[in-house]
Amino acid sequence: MDLLRFITCGSVDDGKSTLIGRLLYDSKLIFDDQLAALEADSRRVGTQGEDIDFALLVDGLSAEREQGITIDVAYRFFATPHRKFIVADTPGHEQYTRNMVTGASTADAAVILVDARKGMLTQTRRHSFLAKLIGIRHFVLAVNKMDLVDYDRLAFDSIVADYMVFARDAGVAEFTAIPLSGLKGDNVMERSAALPWYEGPSLLEHLEQLPVDDAAAARGPFRLPVQWVNRPNQGFRGFSGLIAEGMVKPGDSVRVLPSGRTTQVSRVVTYDGDLESAQAGQSVTLTLADEVDCSRGSVIAAADSPPEAADQFEADLVWMAEDPLLPGRGYWLKLGTQTVTSTVQPPKYEVNVNTQEQLAAKTLGLNGIGVVELATDAPLVFEPYASSRTLGGFILIDKISHATVGCGMLHFALRRAQNIHWQAIEISREAHARQKGQKPAVIWLTGLSGAGKSTIANLVEKKLYQLGKHSFLLDGDNVRHGLNRDLGFTEADRIENIRRVGEVAKLMADAGLIVITAFISPFRAEREMVRAMLPEGEFIEVFVDAPLAEAERRDVKGLYAKARAGQLKNFTGIDSPYEAPEHPQIRVDTTVMSAEEAAESIVREVLARG
Amino acid sequence: MSLSHLDRLEAESIHIMREVVAECEKPVFLYSIGKDSSVMLHLAIKAFFPSRPPFPFLHIASGWDFRAMLEHRDRMARDLGMDLIVWHNEEAAAAGVNPFDTPTPTYTRLMLTEALTAALTAGGYDAAFGGGRRDEEKARAKERIFSFRTAQHRWDPKNQRPELWNLYNARKNRGESVRVFPLSNWTELDIWQYIQREGIPIVPLYLAAPRPTVVRDGTMLMVDDERMQLRPGEEVIERVIRFRTMGCYPLTGATESAATTLDDVIAEMAAARTSEREGRVIDRDQSASMERKKQEGYF
Repeated sequence: MDLLRFITCGSVDDGKSTLIGRLLYDSKLIFDDQLAALEADSRRVGTQGEDIDFALLVDGLSAEREQGITIDVAYRFFATPHRKFIVADTPGHEQYTRNMVTGASTADAAVILVDARKGMLTQTRRHSFLAKLIGIRHFVLAVNKMDLVDYDRLAFDSIVADYMVFARDAGVAEFTAIPLSGLKGDNVMERSAALPWYEGPSLLEHLEQLPVDDAAAARGPFRLPVQWVNRPNQGFRGFSGLIAEGMVKPGDSVRVLPSGRTTQVSRVVTYDGDLESAQAGQSVTLTLADEVDCSRGSVIAAADSPPEAADQFEADLVWMAEDPLLPGRGYWLKLGTQTVTSTVQPPKYEVNVNTQEQLAAKTLGLNGIGVVELATDAPLVFEPYASSRTLGGFILIDKISHATVGCGMLHFALRRAQNIHWQAIEISREAHARQKGQKPAVIWLTGLSGAGKSTIANLVEKKLYQLGKHSFLLDGDNVRHGLNRDLGFTEADRIENIRRVGEVAKLMADAGLIVITAFISPFRAEREMVRAMLPEGEFIEVFVDAPLAEAERRDVKGLYAKARAGQLKNFTGIDSPYEAPEHPQIRVDTTVMSAEEAAESIVREVLARG
Repeated sequence: MSLSHLDRLEAESIHIMREVVAECEKPVFLYSIGKDSSVMLHLAIKAFFPSRPPFPFLHIASGWDFRAMLEHRDRMARDLGMDLIVWHNEEAAAAGVNPFDTPTPTYTRLMLTEALTAALTAGGYDAAFGGGRRDEEKARAKERIFSFRTAQHRWDPKNQRPELWNLYNARKNRGESVRVFPLSNWTELDIWQYIQREGIPIVPLYLAAPRPTVVRDGTMLMVDDERMQLRPGEEVIERVIRFRTMGCYPLTGATESAATTLDDVIAEMAAARTSEREGRVIDRDQSASMERKKQEGYF
């Protein structure tokens, strides 16, 4: 018996849950006690009068039952004598599109439901496009509720014609259209006498004979992403993982990436004994003939056709978080068993899923889909998503909330990075610093508007100057008017602002200077980004701490008043967050210290560092 | 060669368990001694072979588990050399909480849910394996394989992390944890077929035998020890019974059955007209009972 995974998707009220309930009911997978509960629920909250409301069988969360909608993907199981099925019932409502993508990512086939009375809707197009994007090959257009249009052939034909036009534009190569009624059971399990003009298979007959893709994976070149190094004792070192593609047997030549070393497979170890060969879809442990560098994140691959490694890519990106994509911010990127830091460029374009139009976009919001370029801080072993879901599909994880914020499909590697060679610099940064007789540093003042950053920064620079130190002060005034003139105050622009300031500060530190910066720099992630640009110990984070109420009371520039009046958007502390440093090197409490005292303590602290 | 559905399920479960060990700091295995737990234990041994499973096994003992379960637990722990931790809510037991006099929702919360969250907090575990399957119950059907929990062990069903392909996000902040369900995609029938194929040891109560029983409120209970409180008019009768799930004996319903072998059990399942949870008194008490219990931290 083999296994087929499919999704059902469509708009609100297209009857997905009802159809699945019907499949379970007709395949005798609803037990008497569940049926009794269902009958009771149907009478109490159902929408089908005296009849059973099958949707109540699948909508498992109380919020779903109350609102009569599907919120989250639900997995359901049934089997025929020939095949086991896993159905992901995915929500139709737009705000739960990310849950639909979750269901689609593991599916072999998509059943797209359309209400025969309504025809194609925005969500039908969106879901078909998403299913195509995520690489589903088999499409079924299920024209549901045929009972409500008197099983009218013209209604069916007209929807099929509409879908065909859409499918061609969306790149859906082929689909099978089936007229049915989930509520009445027509053409669900068996062909219905109510639809004599339809000569194709019933939905289940069709799903039973669809080819499953696993055999294809076994034919590709061998790839095993290493999950875990298995070392029970000094005498055994094995590499455990799920074979993503191809086959392997002892004696095979393999290349371990990213190191690129070649060796041979010694044994294919399992609890049930060593295997003579193993194939895609099996979880095994390999031992290798040589002691090569191999650990979690490595990929063991066929020596004669290894995958590439690169650090810049073009990819499709689906955004799944309430907070929009912040270009330039570092996110964790997980692909296979590799996790790296990745930054995303502003999208090349966003796709309108209804028209496939390419729209200009600066970011992606919840459920936004676009094509982006991204860079990683270490090379990724990858393949285009079209040839490998495992080595081409990735998720992005927010570094602070740890939420999964996006998913993507790699197209190809960008070659640019390889063509920029660092100019060999003969006067080293150490030489620059030595000449000035000081240790370079970036004194990074962060805090709310009105906390006193600029005042303190100016005093710090004066004191350093008096001590004969070489310094430079970067603040909003000399940066915003020139280098960053093109940036506003949205979250994305603030990040770019800080990134540029960080890069400039780094160059100045390379030149041997002590750089003082005075920016609100509200986000922890960006301050950490600047810290990571500099050698250990050269980034000195100074938290100019003033309670919001106090800063607002001072309101030197009258900005808080404007923000409160709604005349100033994205103002930190009012309608944009400030993430205070958790472990600043220096904290200046402005409620007890004067600006003079604060500057004095900062200078003392910095010079004590050498 | 095409892999069978059991081969695929096995490979997927092993992959999940390895991901947890690779990405989490301190995983623990929730060992409930039932058939699902037994399959999961077998998979854990396979996943890390020739190493031993690199995590301890935690049993939440209500004090009212079937004796045969405890014997099985101790035998498995001995044979496999597993690092077994048994946790019991002593305080509630001392206060007289028991399955006869305490209302079932309160009993379950104190002896199972709160005992579990206390044990997880005390152990500082950041990941816990559970044997839940999506075909068991409607709320479970909605749950992710890596199911995120707040520091209070609560589940927010409306705000689950998207889970794509077989890429699991195990990252969390201090104090937060994940419940991991490697058997998510298995059905009850898959479990039995796999037990048979692999020869996995199970508690004998799953197979039919003559046992002392009473019928109470339409549920057939087994009189497992002398603490069973009989109500007036109740009579202990020996019947040939077996269990489809395991738990606290005063709250677990038996079915009359002649299935004395695994073949019989599988044949009986194919003809079954009631779900396995039907025998669970604890799930019947409130509508959407499982979702509520899960939100509170129950497995």
